Amino acid sequence: MKRFDYARPMDLESAVATLSAGGEGTRLIAGGTTMFDLMKLDVEMPGRIVDINNLSELKTMETSGDELRLGALVRMADAAEDARLKAEFPVLSEALWKAASQQLRNMASLGGNLLQRTRCAYFRHGAPFACNKRNPGSGCAAIGGANRSHALFGGSDACIAAYPGDFAVALIAMDALIDVAGPQGRRTIPIAELHRQPGTQPQHDATLSSEEIIVQIRIPANAVGKASTYHKIRDRESYAFAVVSSAAAVRIENGVVADARIALGGVATVPWRASRAEQALIGRRIDAQTAAEAGRIAFEGATPLSHNAFKIELGANVVSDALMIAAGRA
Amino acid sequence: MTMNHEKEVIADTGGLSRRDVLKGGTALGVLSVAGFGTQSLAQAAVPSLPMAFRTEVEVAFRINGAQSALALDPRSSLLDVLRDQLGLTGAKKGCDHGQCGACTVHVDGRRVAACMTLAVQVDDLDVTTIEGLAEGDVLHPMQQAFIDHDALQCGYCTPGQIMAGVACVREGHAGSPQQIREYMSGNLCRCGAYPGIVAAIEDAARVMEG
Repeated sequence: MKRFDYARPMDLESAVATLSAGGEGTRLIAGGTTMFDLMKLDVEMPGRIVDINNLSELKTMETSGDELRLGALVRMADAAEDARLKAEFPVLSEALWKAASQQLRNMASLGGNLLQRTRCAYFRHGAPFACNKRNPGSGCAAIGGANRSHALFGGSDACIAAYPGDFAVALIAMDALIDVAGPQGRRTIPIAELHRQPGTQPQHDATLSSEEIIVQIRIPANAVGKASTYHKIRDRESYAFAVVSSAAAVRIENGVVADARIALGGVATVPWRASRAEQALIGRRIDAQTAAEAGRIAFEGATPLSHNAFKIELGANVVSDALMIAAGRA
Repeated sequence: MTMNHEKEVIADTGGLSRRDVLKGGTALGVLSVAGFGTQSLAQAAVPSLPMAFRTEVEVAFRINGAQSALALDPRSSLLDVLRDQLGLTGAKKGCDHGQCGACTVHVDGRRVAACMTLAVQVDDLDVTTIEGLAEGDVLHPMQQAFIDHDALQCGYCTPGQIMAGVACVREGHAGSPQQIREYMSGNLCRCGAYPGIVAAIEDAARVMEG
């Protein structure tokens, strides 16, 4: 692992100033479960690390009001156990406890989890494999290689690496907002604008600048959270990334769908909202037929690769099952 | 020294903290190692100003109740410091990437992967390893249950399994075999001793909660 110098600021303003002072090659660390991992692999090679774990203002969790506010340094395990999340937003709690292991959930921060980098093996394991995300301009070994775990949505000629996380997929279905602090002050972005598709610059996963820090995640506490689920299909029963996952939530009025939310994980370069499938459900009853139809619509436009075309049928079934589970909680 | 003057000094020195400036503009990363734990980074805090980057960091450890301090290369993982510098070889290095659980220890009572924890991040926190679990010659109920249920073969994953198992019970995640399997999924056993491990945790949970 490359040597790095280390700083541990004590408040948010100082952390932003320290990031700026560090300049090129300076990275944040929170739980470290992605950053330290990738540093050991020489995929991330920062010369300077800013440890933000002492920023107490990022550790608060306020879930009692009209808006849930989850500090960026709240640990995944703690948010997963929050009583209101479990009761009124099962999609959020399930997305958290179905990710990683309890050891890693005790370490990983919510903000860091949103920015978790891809698990593409060519990205992680370096030479002799080409990877435009790791080494811009070198090519993409996955496009003609082993691409079972790669994206069917949102890829480009430069990169097809899948976004690996779960919580961001649930958050995009809940229309969450992300508060960010940087040298120019604070700003708020919808989570749908946090991640960026690879295009010609796959080295940039997110729309944040290198001097910005996620402060908190805000979720509108509306009625669409309760009848929800995060349905995650894995190669083993626990402690694995999604082969396909679906966040689903519905609000039923007079027996028909008034609001539907569907997002996909494991199959796209970014957390993927399936808006057309949502629209197709409005005003209809949820039953095996309409749920299956929504699942098929969610996977329309998918671009299968040589090893993952099976995910179109599997994914449609995952969405369908997720909708039935969610509707069962209405 | 006025604030304005200090800001100029900081600008000129590329972002040193107040303490570095007051110490006479010492080079980046040079850290006094005199005194136990008294030079913690926290005490060097200057709100809203950039913190100094350090090449070596002094860390105050409290491990199994014993205090020590080490000046560390910040790359050091907690696991490597435990095993190579403090002689606590109970926590094992399996994958070194947080995937196998063999290195599980408790930090402030919570189970973590020591291989994925920067040692500087446990500064001033309580660390418990398998060596700190027994009360003198009396084994912890989880250790005894692993013996009673033959919950191991080669034993390499066992310290991590036991530390994770203790935490699993304390978290309230040992309510059923199904829940134990889910919340122990971060600990792999290549020998396949899983039935014994689940039985041992069920058994120990009754004793611990009794």
